[in-house]
Amino acid sequence: MSKELLKGNYAVIKGALLAGCVAYFGYPITPASEIAEAAAYYFPPAGRTFVQAESEIASINMVYGAAGAGVRCMTASSGPGISLKQEGVSYIAGAELPCVIVDIMRGGPGLGNIAPEQGDYHQVVKGGGHGNYKCVVYAPNSAQEMCDLTYKAFDTADKYRNPVYVLADGFIGQMMEQVDFSHLKPIEPKKLEWGVHGTPDSKNLINSIYLDPDVLEAHNRKLQEKYKKIEENEAIFENYKVDDADLILIGYGITSRILRSVVDEARNSGLKVGLFRPKTLWPLAKDEINRLVGSAKKFLVVEMSNGQLVDDIRLIVEGKIPVEFYGRMGGNVPTVDEVLEITKKLS
Amino acid sequence: MYEPILEKPKSFFDIYKEKSGDQTITHYCPGCGHGIVHKYVASALDELNLTDKAIFVSPVGCSVFGYYYFNTGNYQAAHGRAPAVATGTKRVNPDSIVISYQGDGDLAAIGTAEIIHAANRGELMTVIFINNAIYGMTGGQMAPTTLVGQKTTTSPRGRNPYNEGYPVKMCELISQLNAPIYVERVALNNAANRAKAKRAIKKALKLQAERKGFTFVEVLSQCPTGWKVDPPDSLKWIEEKMIPYYPVKVFKDISNEAEPYPEPKKIVSGNELLEILGIKSEEEKDLKKYEIPKEYRNPKIKIAGFGGQGVLLLGVALAQVGMMEGYNVTWIPSYGPEMRGGTANCSVNISDGLIGSPVVEKPTILVAMNKPSMEKFEKDMVPGGILFYNTAMIDEEPKRDDITKVPVPATKIASDLGNIRVGNMVMLGAIIEKTKLLPFETVKKGFEYFISRKNLIPLNEKAVEAGMRYVRENNL
Ligand SMILES: Cc1ncc(C[n+]2csc(CCOP(=O)(O)OP(=O)(O)O)c2C)c(N)n1
Repeated sequence: MSKELLKGNYAVIKGALLAGCVAYFGYPITPASEIAEAAAYYFPPAGRTFVQAESEIASINMVYGAAGAGVRCMTASSGPGISLKQEGVSYIAGAELPCVIVDIMRGGPGLGNIAPEQGDYHQVVKGGGHGNYKCVVYAPNSAQEMCDLTYKAFDTADKYRNPVYVLADGFIGQMMEQVDFSHLKPIEPKKLEWGVHGTPDSKNLINSIYLDPDVLEAHNRKLQEKYKKIEENEAIFENYKVDDADLILIGYGITSRILRSVVDEARNSGLKVGLFRPKTLWPLAKDEINRLVGSAKKFLVVEMSNGQLVDDIRLIVEGKIPVEFYGRMGGNVPTVDEVLEITKKLS
Repeated sequence: MYEPILEKPKSFFDIYKEKSGDQTITHYCPGCGHGIVHKYVASALDELNLTDKAIFVSPVGCSVFGYYYFNTGNYQAAHGRAPAVATGTKRVNPDSIVISYQGDGDLAAIGTAEIIHAANRGELMTVIFINNAIYGMTGGQMAPTTLVGQKTTTSPRGRNPYNEGYPVKMCELISQLNAPIYVERVALNNAANRAKAKRAIKKALKLQAERKGFTFVEVLSQCPTGWKVDPPDSLKWIEEKMIPYYPVKVFKDISNEAEPYPEPKKIVSGNELLEILGIKSEEEKDLKKYEIPKEYRNPKIKIAGFGGQGVLLLGVALAQVGMMEGYNVTWIPSYGPEMRGGTANCSVNISDGLIGSPVVEKPTILVAMNKPSMEKFEKDMVPGGILFYNTAMIDEEPKRDDITKVPVPATKIASDLGNIRVGNMVMLGAIIEKTKLLPFETVKKGFEYFISRKNLIPLNEKAVEAGMRYVRENNL
């Protein structure tokens, strides 16, 4: 059987190994710990590195070290740990190193709780650390996508030499679903030539310091050029029954699954409702959103947060149609019924 | 005063191309110890013929520009994190020689966790620790190693132990750990000590090349600028002030006894990786989906009970077998606020199509293993749904009359089989017998996936059969 019943968190690690990831550096935190556990289980027998670091700060800097060798490597955590990693992510982006960072969001701020939330959008999508950088952010909504998008994240990271996030919530991490691996070919690990390998022909420099303001500005401009290319090429999304929809629901991760059910139920009551689901949060599929602005009368953004994605949607929509927001926080997952009620009111 | 420099080590660049301004001299202040230690590192690499394998990690601090000088692989690390960066690169470049070069603010303040744990893991790296009792780069602030009474810009009246504590002795700390094999403190104050410093650095690198273990050399080093003294006086200051507090000696050396580390396992790929991951590449037989009877198709199942009644496992079993029959499935345990009140529950969907929300809000099938579960979820059931309830633990009748009720004394039947923990499997038997949701044959094939202790499979199978029999014999 090439299908397996798996938690999303386990699917991440299988996807990573198939993608040729050779090193995992992490620190336990609920609800992301199964990722470290799966890595501890599978990486060493596959001749790959697993290190449980002393902190998230150490683990992201280990990632910097391994990524600087031009190999595929990763770390995973949840909100509080991602906060700690931010300085390191900024260095990785500044030094233009590829790596994959998985964030399984939990309730915040502070210690919050371990229930699923989507309050890390800002710290992950907007850069989070210091300086003018951006990370690509994938937003899986199933165990299958936890595997597939992690696999893809390594390609994207290498293609642009840039950190790439897989941003999911506790729900997607903990949920078990069938995962099919048959379409994923194992990628042979290799060391990219720009990396430091401890050999005579790899005396390269991994660095993010540029003392001269003009030189640093030029470096920044080069980064912005790269981000522009990413915006043009890497946005992915999924539509569901949007063609004739008057009201389009927008959500990512577990929320998008709930919204899909809302669309079905709303359609059963004769309402023209559809779903737009970004699969990348940065870059967002701007053109597609603009196209939908042309056909729909209203958007409703639903998030398990105080409203973070909705800011970006409103920036794109520029007031052309109303963009409503509904959010739950604290680890409460909105029910189909409660969103359906709002949907009916807005229709 | 200094030994004459006869020749530039070849581990140094001839011209410091990364540097702005004069590319033939270093960026260090006159009289600074960093340049001397750089030279010792470079000549040790030369003498050991390790230059081409070396990776130099520059910290944040005055030696942030170490990469200007070393003709090796180079990293510049975040403040304090050089040992973590060194760990990352060494683990994926196991044949390299990795040097984590750090100042005292970097290593003994902001990076204390990283150095202690890199040492404790016994990373195969060499740490060169420049203890100059001050923050040089940022203009002379107090370091964790600043001496009691020493004036700095942030201890303007002298370091006061009641406010700032005592200077940290890193060799003393590191040498307490099991893993490090060689820990020595040296000083740059006179020719004899400098010769020792040079030897210590070479020894540490040699031990790394022999894969013996973690090596650590602390260098008491002058910072005339930060200390606001002339270079000659700075050497005297090391001797008179630093050495009495920071004894210069070998703190630990077990390099003779230490066995070289085993070679790391080679990276496996292709089919071997698939095998490790348990991914079987055999083509999916175009299996015909088992036909679920119409009235039970696309079930939304809620299973609830006390923790320990195996409700989560029962859910996994249904999802696993459903998947094996070619359906899309989801399983999600109760999460967050739902978990209050001592009951555990899970939601399972088995569906022809894509599953939207995996949370079962309105079950078509409810399994209640205890009374609070029935009280909580019976009211949510869709009309026409089917309720399986554990009469061994529930002494009340369900209230609804628009649902099908299947009373099963699951816990009792399980205890008759000798283990009350298989009550969940009795319920599984009852469900598949009553609804024909899934075939027993596939449940049997599924055991190996959801029962982790193989010796318990026969008991579980018996329990499923007992549940099936109970439904049959009682015409439920
Ligand atoms: C996160 C962070 N905090 C603070 C700084 C500022 N900073 C740069 S160098 C330095 C002190 C370095 O002192 P030390 O490690 O003793 O090295 P030295 O300059 O004396 O060689 C500090 C605090 C920084 N770059 N990053």
